[in-house]
Amino acid sequence: MKIAVLVKEVPDSYGERRLNLTTGLADREASDKVLDEITSRAVEAAVSHAESADGVEVALVSMGPESAEATLRKTLAMGADSAHHVLDSALAGADMTLTAEVLAGVLQRIGCDLVIAGDVSSDGTGGVIPTMVAERMGAAHATSLDTLSITDSTVAGERAAYGGTVTVEAQLPAVVSVTERLPDARFPGFKGIMAAKKKPLETYTLADLGIDAEADVPRSIMLSVTESPARTAGEKITDEGDAGKRLAEYLTEKKLV
Amino acid sequence: MAEQNILTYLPVLPSGELVGSAAELLGAAAQLGTPVGVIVTSPGAAEDAARAAGELGAAAVYVAEHEAVGTTLTEPAVNVFSTVWETTQPEALLVPNDIDGRDLAARLSVRTRSPIASDAVGVHRDEEGIVAHHSVYGSAFTTESATTHGALIITLREGAVDHRGQAVTPQIHRVELGELTGPAAAITGFEASVEASTRPDLRGAATVVSGGRGLGSAEGFALAEQLADALGAGLGASRAAVDAGYAPHSLQVGQTGVTVAPDLYIALGISGAVQHLAGMQTAKTVVAINKDPEAPIFDIADLGIVGDAFEVVPQLIETLQARNS
Repeated sequence: MKIAVLVKEVPDSYGERRLNLTTGLADREASDKVLDEITSRAVEAAVSHAESADGVEVALVSMGPESAEATLRKTLAMGADSAHHVLDSALAGADMTLTAEVLAGVLQRIGCDLVIAGDVSSDGTGGVIPTMVAERMGAAHATSLDTLSITDSTVAGERAAYGGTVTVEAQLPAVVSVTERLPDARFPGFKGIMAAKKKPLETYTLADLGIDAEADVPRSIMLSVTESPARTAGEKITDEGDAGKRLAEYLTEKKLV
Repeated sequence: MAEQNILTYLPVLPSGELVGSAAELLGAAAQLGTPVGVIVTSPGAAEDAARAAGELGAAAVYVAEHEAVGTTLTEPAVNVFSTVWETTQPEALLVPNDIDGRDLAARLSVRTRSPIASDAVGVHRDEEGIVAHHSVYGSAFTTESATTHGALIITLREGAVDHRGQAVTPQIHRVELGELTGPAAAITGFEASVEASTRPDLRGAATVVSGGRGLGSAEGFALAEQLADALGAGLGASRAAVDAGYAPHSLQVGQTGVTVAPDLYIALGISGAVQHLAGMQTAKTVVAINKDPEAPIFDIADLGIVGDAFEVVPQLIETLQARNS
């Protein structure tokens, strides 16, 4: 069984993140690039299943700039077997339609039974790529799973639904995404880091995948980008036994209560 | 020129009521063209839900009822929407930016070759078509997006749109579910939420009270609940409070939880990690109470109180109650 994990490198959400006000693209210089935290939970889910079952191989799949290679190496150290990186300058600013086409293309090329992704990325916050990939692959989807169980032929889990929780189960091949409720990733040990250096990391261009980024299909385009004015500190008081009363006054005056 | 059809996905609760997002979806659709509701539900619920959609501004409602809705994930909705798409030739489709809405948007995007504008916080129309507004990197930036051509699918952030449609008596059209051919996950179980909270939904609440790690324990977190109830506010929590088990995950405000933009946000015992600020910094007024005078939350608070929330909040509640009585 082969599990592919969709890996996303993102600007570190613990630090400042900026958009370039001319291009509307992420300002790569402004932030540290890190593995998206939700991706690390997806990797953990795949690797822990591989440890508990026989003959399970874990492949990492990512689309991203040059820097994504270092992130893929670090992620390999968590116990995955191989990495696949789509790197092409024509992909800068790719919309989700193109991103899903590229990811489905590389997944179909390497072949896999199960795809695991994070539910929503911390930068784009789209949350639609896994199901778009499933549609392109002709596979079932089961997204935003709070629990995950994998067998040789099925994948199942629970997810939030309107007014409750549903249990869902799909036959493989399938694409799933996981939420923050899945266990956090392990810290890669020295052995993992050393082993990762020798693991295969393959790079693909759009030409390799037979995909044309300039094809005349409807695309999402960014029309404008504006920086929001920074919030500033207002009044700060220290409680001297009457702060509750003063707050009541403040809220009443501003007609907020 | 006749107004363009704007499709909306209106999910239905097990009780038969429309999910709360219906009002803002139809409100946003009314800003763009003719709001058309689509309801895909288990048998029995559709008629009432369709009328309710009319009250929220749906000029037409397409309804499909089928047992498969309760047993097959997403595919019944995709099937019905594909049919309605053919009939109505929409200029846009609006879905709630929740799990089911995103799955529907994703499948239809590929099938209809329509791009997605995700996590939109508003919409408008200009001379060239429909424009979606986005709030990016925890509201540090705002962007606008559109499609190069064809229809646009928009996942709308819950609680972001204030505009509401005008009540009408909708034309109701029945749609038959076609044969389900695509691969799909089976729904093998459903467990209803234990209790429906009487508090306003966090996402749309005018006032939100959030508790953090500084409240010290699950028992201490009750302070945030008391203030929320005293103010008729929605209840939120920081990730640290959720991780510590003080509050359920569904209350988490921040980068990886809910994003809120209320008129008033009161943070109790929340230090103000950048990931928390990402979920609330567009609130109109922010009040923070924290013992630590250096807490970063004070940098963005309109009123900061350095003090013990367990002393300040009871006094606040008492003062407000005395005033109201």
